Amino acid sequence: MNELRLRAVREPDAPPEDKESEPEAKVDGETASDSESRAEATPLVTSVDDTPEVLNRALSNLSSRWKNWWVRGILTLAMIAFFFVIIYLGPMVLMIIVMCVQIKCFHEIITIGYNVYHSYDLPWFRTLSWYFLLCVNYFFYGETVTDYFFTLVQREEPLRILSKYHRFISFTLYLIGFCMFVLSLVKKHYRLQFYMFGWTHVTLLIVVTQSHLVIHNLFEGMIWFIVPISCVICNDIMAYMFGFFFGRTPLIKLSPKKTWEGFIGGFFATVLFGLLLSYVMSGYRCFVCPVEYNNDTNSFTVDCEPSDLFRLHEYNIPEVIQSAIGWKIVRMYPFQIHSIALSTFASLIGPFGGFFASGFKRAFKIKDFANTIPGHGGIMDRFDCQYLMATFVNVYIASFIRGPNPSKLIQQFMTLRPDQQLHIFNTLRSHLTEKGMLADATEN
Amino acid sequence: MLELRHRGGCPGPGGAVAPPPREGVAAGGDHENESTSDRETDIDDRYGDLDSRTDSDIPEIPPSSDRTPEILKKALSGLSSRWKNWWIRGILTLTMISLFFLIIYMGSFMLMLLVLGIQVKCFHEIITIGYRVYHSYDLPWFRTLSWYFLLCVNYFFYGETVADYFATFVQREEQLQFLIRYHRFISFALYLAGFCMFVLSLVKKHYRLQFYMFAWTHVTLLITVTQSHLVIQNLFEGMIWFLVPISSVICNDITAYLFGFFFGRTPLIKLSPKKTWEGFIGGFFSTVVFGFIAAYVLSKYQYFVCPVEYRSDVNSFVTDCEPSELFQLRSYSLPPFLKSVLRQETVSLYPFQIHSIAFSTFASLIGPFGGFFASGFKRAFKIKDFANTIPGHGGIMDRFDCQYLMATFVHVYITSFIRGPNPSKVLQQLLVLQPEQQLNIYKTLKTHLIEKGILQPTLKA
Repeated sequence: MNELRLRAVREPDAPPEDKESEPEAKVDGETASDSESRAEATPLVTSVDDTPEVLNRALSNLSSRWKNWWVRGILTLAMIAFFFVIIYLGPMVLMIIVMCVQIKCFHEIITIGYNVYHSYDLPWFRTLSWYFLLCVNYFFYGETVTDYFFTLVQREEPLRILSKYHRFISFTLYLIGFCMFVLSLVKKHYRLQFYMFGWTHVTLLIVVTQSHLVIHNLFEGMIWFIVPISCVICNDIMAYMFGFFFGRTPLIKLSPKKTWEGFIGGFFATVLFGLLLSYVMSGYRCFVCPVEYNNDTNSFTVDCEPSDLFRLHEYNIPEVIQSAIGWKIVRMYPFQIHSIALSTFASLIGPFGGFFASGFKRAFKIKDFANTIPGHGGIMDRFDCQYLMATFVNVYIASFIRGPNPSKLIQQFMTLRPDQQLHIFNTLRSHLTEKGMLADATEN
Repeated sequence: MLELRHRGGCPGPGGAVAPPPREGVAAGGDHENESTSDRETDIDDRYGDLDSRTDSDIPEIPPSSDRTPEILKKALSGLSSRWKNWWIRGILTLTMISLFFLIIYMGSFMLMLLVLGIQVKCFHEIITIGYRVYHSYDLPWFRTLSWYFLLCVNYFFYGETVADYFATFVQREEQLQFLIRYHRFISFALYLAGFCMFVLSLVKKHYRLQFYMFAWTHVTLLITVTQSHLVIQNLFEGMIWFLVPISSVICNDITAYLFGFFFGRTPLIKLSPKKTWEGFIGGFFSTVVFGFIAAYVLSKYQYFVCPVEYRSDVNSFVTDCEPSELFQLRSYSLPPFLKSVLRQETVSLYPFQIHSIAFSTFASLIGPFGGFFASGFKRAFKIKDFANTIPGHGGIMDRFDCQYLMATFVHVYITSFIRGPNPSKVLQQLLVLQPEQQLNIYKTLKTHLIEKGILQPTLKA
């Protein structure tokens, strides 16, 4: 990719000439006023026009503003279509895509770090960053795999040992990286190396944990993956449209192009969209059932009795709306109520993830994270609002929908000592008896 | 604390730094000299400069004032400065060790408080260094936000770990039940509030600085808070799992220093020129021996060996149990060459002593890397010590830098080799499940236990 090779160039004052001046240039206000006197502080990544030739020719007649609008529009539709294809292909492909997106985001952020600190010539550093990424991914995937693939893991001897001592192995791997870092410290470059170390760790914290929470959500049921992500995308698009047509009052200094009209319009549109989407998706088993790994067929299956959340219930409409719509009751899935919470989060708090990324870009004087997607910037630019969403959905599920994973609990139970097992069993029995779940109270 | 008021002088290009090593400097009009105001326009660029230059361009922050108490100074006024320093370090070392013993005597609860106190102090020291490096006292909100994040993360960890141990206490109170059930959600909401405040507090021209401090805070939290919680979890396993590792690290520090002092010749690593191979290897062997002996002594007492439990009836922590297999003497047959040396066929050891060898080895071989990491960090930011809390030794962080990795290692060791998951946590999670799930699990467990012969089959299924 081009951005791999780009180093900080000592640019003169003017913004890069080869990129059309877009209406959404976010950093112009900053760049012009405070950086032009110092060569080192100019925008680090000169953008190269990545738009495919075909599009360029087709749109060559339009003015640059509309051309940009069209490029963005076409790419948006392309990405959405791609998303649908992936969903169709199933959970395994989705997992792989999530992992690829994670790696690309990590790469983009680390490259920015390299550019900021001119640290290409630091010994070992690139190797160490990727090594840490590998370690942390190994740790997280190991924990996930052990939980969901429990039976498969128990069958294969090497896997069983790997899973039993998983934490120890991960810790050892991390420690090796840590010791290599300490041994690689070079006089006169200490600060730089510590900065890159810190940068790598914060990036890992953000990127890898989020992607693993996304995969956890996915295993809960594909609807828990699709609805939140779609809400964020919808909010992005709707806020942009409302802002484009009705936008007047600026929202926050960080992103001068966001407006209150866009924000509020996006909120209502997203809630509505979420309701409709959940209604459509709750009908299909393949979205609603937890993803399970079937030992016999050695593949993922989604086949179950839909839980209570995904069965139509009748709700009484409050008086106020009754007169407006003229219906007494409405049939909804309980999941749609939850989707309102998810959409609300996506519209109200999700944008803060976007502001955070904008602030980050201004801080480091870059226009986009990278140039992967023409008209949109890098992968990270598209996923910055998703950042908080995955954590929220995971926390939401764990707090309100279901408790801990039963199969994981059974697994943990098996590793306890017999007296502990007995103690837990007896406590559970008395608890169930109290609740009246157990018919008999006269066992020994 | 004094270091709150210390400000680094402005590192003007090539200019000398004018540090304020005055006691109790007033924060008010005494802003770091000249140019904070007229450098408003290029604060961010100044850091761009700082970042890309090599270390040598950055002037040193000279050490802060001498905090040795007056009595010590008078008592030692006769000696040369080398021996004087030696004596100060020695006396302070003995003082710290006695304090440690005192707190152990006072019990687990005091130890927990001590660990919490140390964590807060370490966090404070590292954050203060960040402030000094980035001159960020005048950033809006930032100090509040750092402490707020510390509070959030601590709340989250204490809720996850400590609440498990207080299960019986918690069952009684309704509000606590609510807090426990929705704990993750509440912690996340608190963190999110902090995150949004950070985003809203971003000020034009200070973006880079604010992001640096944000990242600095998070990395510091990652290091100090997670370690301290692992220490507390180890403590709950049994005080011996807390005492032996920490003592091994302290012993390694001291014996490596002594061996280096008397026999040191070959330097070990460029980062710490005072460490020597003789010290390293001598320290290794002494620490293994020390760990072995300490484990032997401590394994006898129930007080150290039993898991710490909270008893609601007495409203305190008790350590009272049947010592597990690890802490019962067993006979091991000696390998042939040792047999001839010691003239014994077998030796009685606690199995825990074998584990203590693993701990001592880790403390001597890998623990020092934590120390090198801290040395590198100090050199990178041109500071001599993290702070000046302990005369002769530096800050709290200076004493605890080697412990950093030890706590994680002990925790991982325990979960991998000693015991599985925490039983009370498993129980806690079981009770939170849906009733149908509980019933299913109950049936599965029953079958399993009957199979294993732990439970006698009853008449009714």
